[in-house]
Amino acid sequence: MRTAFINQLIIEARQNPKIFLIVGDLGFSVVEPFAEEFPDRFLNAGIAEQNMTGIAAGLAMEGYTVFTYSIANFPTLRCMEQIRYDVCYHNLDVKIVAVGAGYAYASLGPSHHATEDIGMLRTLPNLTIVSPADPVEARKLTTELCNIPGPAYIRLGKAGEPQIHNDEADIQRGIPVKVLDGKGTAVFSTGSIVKYALDYIAANKKDWALYSFPYLKPLHNESLIEVFNQFENFITIEEHQLNAGFGSLILEKANDLFQAGKIQKFPGIKRIGIEDEFISVAGTQDYIREKAGLLLSKVP
Amino acid sequence: MSVSSVSLSRLIRETTLQLVFEAKASHIGGALSMVDILAVLYEEVLQIDPRQPQSPERDRFLLSKGHACTSLYSTLAIKGFFDLNELKTYSANGSRLLSHTSHKVPGIELSTGSLGHALSVSCGLALAAKRKRKAFHTFCLVSDGELNEGSNWEGILFAPHHKLNNLTLIVDFNKIQSFGTVEEVLNLDPLTSKFEAFGWNVVDIDGHNHEEIYLALVKAKSSADKPTVIVANTVKGKGVSFMENRLLWHYKSPSQDEYNLALKEIKG
Ligand SMILES: [Mg+2]
Repeated sequence: MRTAFINQLIIEARQNPKIFLIVGDLGFSVVEPFAEEFPDRFLNAGIAEQNMTGIAAGLAMEGYTVFTYSIANFPTLRCMEQIRYDVCYHNLDVKIVAVGAGYAYASLGPSHHATEDIGMLRTLPNLTIVSPADPVEARKLTTELCNIPGPAYIRLGKAGEPQIHNDEADIQRGIPVKVLDGKGTAVFSTGSIVKYALDYIAANKKDWALYSFPYLKPLHNESLIEVFNQFENFITIEEHQLNAGFGSLILEKANDLFQAGKIQKFPGIKRIGIEDEFISVAGTQDYIREKAGLLLSKVP
Repeated sequence: MSVSSVSLSRLIRETTLQLVFEAKASHIGGALSMVDILAVLYEEVLQIDPRQPQSPERDRFLLSKGHACTSLYSTLAIKGFFDLNELKTYSANGSRLLSHTSHKVPGIELSTGSLGHALSVSCGLALAAKRKRKAFHTFCLVSDGELNEGSNWEGILFAPHHKLNNLTLIVDFNKIQSFGTVEEVLNLDPLTSKFEAFGWNVVDIDGHNHEEIYLALVKAKSSADKPTVIVANTVKGKGVSFMENRLLWHYKSPSQDEYNLALKEIKG
């Protein structure tokens, strides 16, 4: 996904002179082509994420569309207040890019587990949040972010994620994307764990529908109403804490739509996510996901 | 330096005192300590047209110690960025004059109130000017207490590394912070040598002497290849004898008697 992101950013930067990339001393063997082609619009701010984000705000005030790039929790939680107060409150054109969503850096330990970011960031006014499931989503969302002014956060996986959608997939702002048709039950997911859900459904011959949510914020009501009315049961699966995460977002939406009379029945929603814990053993991403109980086999 | 910056400073002090008294507000000590710096900046140095506060060519001034906004609001109103009468709404229901610097107010570049933010943003502005080959200069005023914040030291490392000679940092070094003296809470000494070691041009001045402030700012504007820090030695509560150097006036609002006395002292 990071490769899809940087390649697309280079394409966008060729036609959009406002695009500026700041890295927090990370991006080895990823960002070099951008730095070489656009030296005037590239900066390594050093290992100083608070300053990096403040600088991004300053550059954005002067008309740049600024991408801040780092891994795990460093461009997000580490500088949460700069994001909140400098970027979001001033509604500046800063796009925060974090590589290593969820347990992508599994064996690097909890310092590198990005498992609370959605919960923390989705409380911020003005912030768009996107969470691509595959390189196609990553590429299209990158283009989208370049063209929509205002603060945004893009939660990328790592590298080498398989493609889920075909190249022409229609990714629209605020709308979930159907990956699989099904009956009775729909699985909602976001980020690279969508691929796990897809494989699980196929391997277990489940008749479940599957939706990927590239957009967490905004998330438009109309398309959700349609999906809520179409199925009996729902499963959310995410590589994030259950508290305040993606499943919580879906629950909140369901509740609000039900209260507003927009859906007639309160949907049954089974949430799968991290149950309020840190995982402090080494292992692959699949191993740590399993350890954290991110398993669709929990649902009969 | 001019007679007018001195008379402006007197007017700013008077307006600030009145505003703080009427709104029963706090933070007057830190608002008064930076008045002379504001007066010289806005009267003599900053190239900003109050009628076009968004002009791309303007100099940028960012107040990092947002809690001291009363003297900045007063300065901006006196200079015509907005109507003087609006100062009466300070911190009232629905007013845009929040009691921490608000960018919704004409002439304010950045909202501040959480300490340790404006220097990084100023670095971004100065870097943008470099990359876009723009001639404006960026000034950022911080308190001494907020130099406790690590984010400031990230910016202090950054600016000389990138040769941001179009950036000037001013430290309102009044030696008192929120809950004690700087020396007691988290000592900054030796402050000037710290900045020198980080690669800044350092100018150490009396922050109430208009000629020294003026010369330091003008020199900073024409620095060859380094950012400049002006360590302005100031007195918290400057201009009102019973407020000077007293921590209490970080919090207290003047009574009617205190207001009358203070006004008399300021008018001289
Ligand atoms: Mg102080």
